[in-house]
Amino acid sequence: MSLKQRIQVANEEAFRRMVAADPVLVDVAPAAMVIPGMRDRLILHSGPPVTWERMCGAQRGAAIGMCLFEGWARDAAEAEAMLARGEIDLEPNHLHATVGPMAGTITANMWVWVVENKAFGNRAYCRQVESFQQFGDHSENALAGLRSWRDLWGPALGQAVRSMGGIPLKPLIARALQMGDEMHNRVVASSSLFANAVAPVLAASGLPPAQIQSTLYYTGNHPFLFLGLSMAAAKATMDPVRGIEASTVVTAMARNGTEFGIQVSGLEGEWFTAPSPHVLGLLLPGWKEEDAGLDMGDSAITETAGLGGFALGGAPGILAFTGGTSAQALAYSRDMRAISVGLSPHYLMPALDFEGTAMGIDIRKVVQANLVPVIDTAIAHREMGHGIIGGGLVRPPLECFTKALTRFSEMYSVREDA
Amino acid sequence: MNTALVDLLQGRPVFVNIGVRAFGESLQAAGFEVVQVDWTPPAGGDPRLAALLEDLL
Amino acid sequence: MIKKTATLRNRYLDSVFLMQVARRMAASPGIHDASALLGTDANKAVLAGMGYGALDVGPNDLVVALEGEPLAVEAVAADLEAWLAPGVPGAAPAPRTLEEALRSRAADIAVVSVPGAHAAREARAALAAGLHVFLFSSNVSLEDEVSLKLDARDRGLIVMGPDCGTAYLAGAGLGFTNAVRRGPIGLVGSTGTGMQEFACLVHRAGSGISHGIGTGGRDLCDAVAGASTLAGIDALEADPATQIIVVLSKPPGAAATAKLAERLQSCTKPVMQCLLGGKDTLDGAVARTLREVGVEVPTFLRPGVSPRVTGLRPEQRHVRGLFAGGTLCYQAQAIFGQAGLTVHSNAPLHGMPALEVPEQSVGHTFLDMGAESFVEGRPHPMIDGAQRRRRLERELGDPSVAVVLLDFILGTLSSADPVGEVLDILPKGLCVAASVCGTEGDAQGLERQVRALEGAGVRVFPTAAQAAYFCRDVALTLREGS
Repeated sequence: MSLKQRIQVANEEAFRRMVAADPVLVDVAPAAMVIPGMRDRLILHSGPPVTWERMCGAQRGAAIGMCLFEGWARDAAEAEAMLARGEIDLEPNHLHATVGPMAGTITANMWVWVVENKAFGNRAYCRQVESFQQFGDHSENALAGLRSWRDLWGPALGQAVRSMGGIPLKPLIARALQMGDEMHNRVVASSSLFANAVAPVLAASGLPPAQIQSTLYYTGNHPFLFLGLSMAAAKATMDPVRGIEASTVVTAMARNGTEFGIQVSGLEGEWFTAPSPHVLGLLLPGWKEEDAGLDMGDSAITETAGLGGFALGGAPGILAFTGGTSAQALAYSRDMRAISVGLSPHYLMPALDFEGTAMGIDIRKVVQANLVPVIDTAIAHREMGHGIIGGGLVRPPLECFTKALTRFSEMYSVREDA
Repeated sequence: MNTALVDLLQGRPVFVNIGVRAFGESLQAAGFEVVQVDWTPPAGGDPRLAALLEDLL
Repeated sequence: MIKKTATLRNRYLDSVFLMQVARRMAASPGIHDASALLGTDANKAVLAGMGYGALDVGPNDLVVALEGEPLAVEAVAADLEAWLAPGVPGAAPAPRTLEEALRSRAADIAVVSVPGAHAAREARAALAAGLHVFLFSSNVSLEDEVSLKLDARDRGLIVMGPDCGTAYLAGAGLGFTNAVRRGPIGLVGSTGTGMQEFACLVHRAGSGISHGIGTGGRDLCDAVAGASTLAGIDALEADPATQIIVVLSKPPGAAATAKLAERLQSCTKPVMQCLLGGKDTLDGAVARTLREVGVEVPTFLRPGVSPRVTGLRPEQRHVRGLFAGGTLCYQAQAIFGQAGLTVHSNAPLHGMPALEVPEQSVGHTFLDMGAESFVEGRPHPMIDGAQRRRRLERELGDPSVAVVLLDFILGTLSSADPVGEVLDILPKGLCVAASVCGTEGDAQGLERQVRALEGAGVRVFPTAAQAAYFCRDVALTLREGS
């Protein structure tokens, strides 16, 4: 078989595994209990590996927040000093079958969604999505939200999910796509479907009424609730695709606010990074371009799995946000199709005549067509101490893909002098 | 399609225009059917990458 | 590269929508960078920081800032509304590759005009998909041309090119063509402007063209051995509408000459050969062809006696020809050569001296303004006469110039007013000879162009050869006089 054929076969296998994925929410539990390799004095973060020295302001702020949340430091100054002295380990979420939005910081006592891919038996984890700490805010207000999740909502939802025997996420996602969600920046429908599903179970849970009420309010009024679930589902979908020899399919796209990194199936274990790009977007009133931080978060795992920006074509609500028209929608779909292995048979877009979302980003096609994937995402401030400041579209740096392609060619091409 | 040239000359050809739009536009103005391809150089015009892709894609 | 801004007053548009617009602009060939912003103070500061200078705009004004190749930037800036128009609902975006294009619609001919480095690959893909190829692109290697034409032959297809500027197929004009009626004369030509003039003269004589099959300039060299020429002859021989086949070319290589001769022998239809570079001229070949098909040869095709030129100063000794049509430059050199005159050129006929410095004319000089050194990175002189105009200005400043020879090519893809592009700089006193290749059906209008030239005192000849004969006769007179 020629190399081209080997790649073709490998990519078909990668695609097959993505299609076969069956992500099911099975639990909500503390990271220490479920995340492989979690330990004390470890902060998991979004994006490729990064040192404290190189970490961006918002992610530093989030890390400080985690030190305070865990009680490793009494105040921000002490936390910062500890981190600067290297007393706290910093590792990417992706290395631990985990993903996190924006700064994506996770520590032992952080409760996480637990999603199992029933088709392959692997599990993936994601922390809750909120609007403050993950954007670099380490104030009391921000930490209060983390504590409520740890003490009230996480445990309540965990119990509910376990008593239901788990919640299959694929059918829920498929339904939500047909209701106008794209599973990254627009998850209103899926969040509602989820809230509806757990409400009766929560009501009958026997937990303290205040906790039930608080959790019902939380799930029913959180427009980004489902993002954590869609990220975990996407991660659970993509992990079995890692390490397929000769496959050029992207298994992860992740940013830490300093660098944008991708991982490729046939080049397992390596990161291909480039400086994190600016998000071109709409900023909330009072914020200016120069306030914006660079692209951040593991949420690009949704695009990696064929959702988010890849489902933009069918999401009229988010399309308005992008100022697009139906012609734009068709253009996005055409572009994503051009760089992917195939179309999902499950995730369909009614607005585009039920066309399936493009799935399986192929680094060869990205470089050939000179087209990078579309990601729609939120914007954090450059510096710590702020919450969300806007949202918009971002394109990964082509450099990540050209680096990966060069490496792939080095590893796999037959050389005359070998 | 694989129409011998002689048959083509007696029919009404359909064109695909790959490159400068003006070529396609002048045919369209004359009433012929043209599909315009929005061509961009492969690998963004980078010859090293284009060469790599010869073996891979 | 240039930077330019364009402003639309009181046009508020969603800023994210504008991002899409800017991105589409930036993806357009020749555009390096594009931004579309409202004129808020913050955005103005951003633009100033990018080198666009201070702008007099307000927060409700839309500013488009462009950086790129001059022509591309001007094109975008001139048509902002089109870029800002919302898409037609449901309009399918244009395919990005040939493969994508053919998924929705079968096609017969691929028209390829991408840069030379990529042209062979696109042509190969087109052949593999069963399409004939009109290959306008130049800078395709000889090796690629040979392999493409072998591939085409195996598949029963034709590659017209590379470097093919003109073709007429089944009534469709490809590339640079003129409004010419259909008729019994079929052309196979390795010369673009040669085919253009031939077809126009046939039309003006009242007859017409069945088809004009371009073969590309190199088809008759030994390596290619006339592959496309032969394929063209085959097709015209079998075409019911064609009564006579005309082969227009420069002299073929030895191998191709032999193959061609053999083929012409066996051809069931009469074949007329016009070999440029020697005694043959385009208008002469037209006359011969018309006679063959029983069409009366009009008077304008019969050269008359050249009018005498008087009033030349002693230092005026040289003829300078600036041609938009490469073939017409070649033909003019041949006409001078037949009379024993020497002509310098940047695209010399065999036996004529090359210009050491293309920018510097020597003695009698005929310039192919469409040749590589002049065209590099700039539009072809048929499309935009600005470069020829600049060279003409320099020639007009040379006191040794006795006669200027110009050609004007009308038709599709040519500029809207070829004559107008140089008319105002032609001095009344100087002798200028010209020919206009075109028909009354061309957008530029043959009559209008000719009258404009005559109004400026230019001697207009009905064919390029006749204009060249006139210059030749002046040159001979000047030689005798010295």
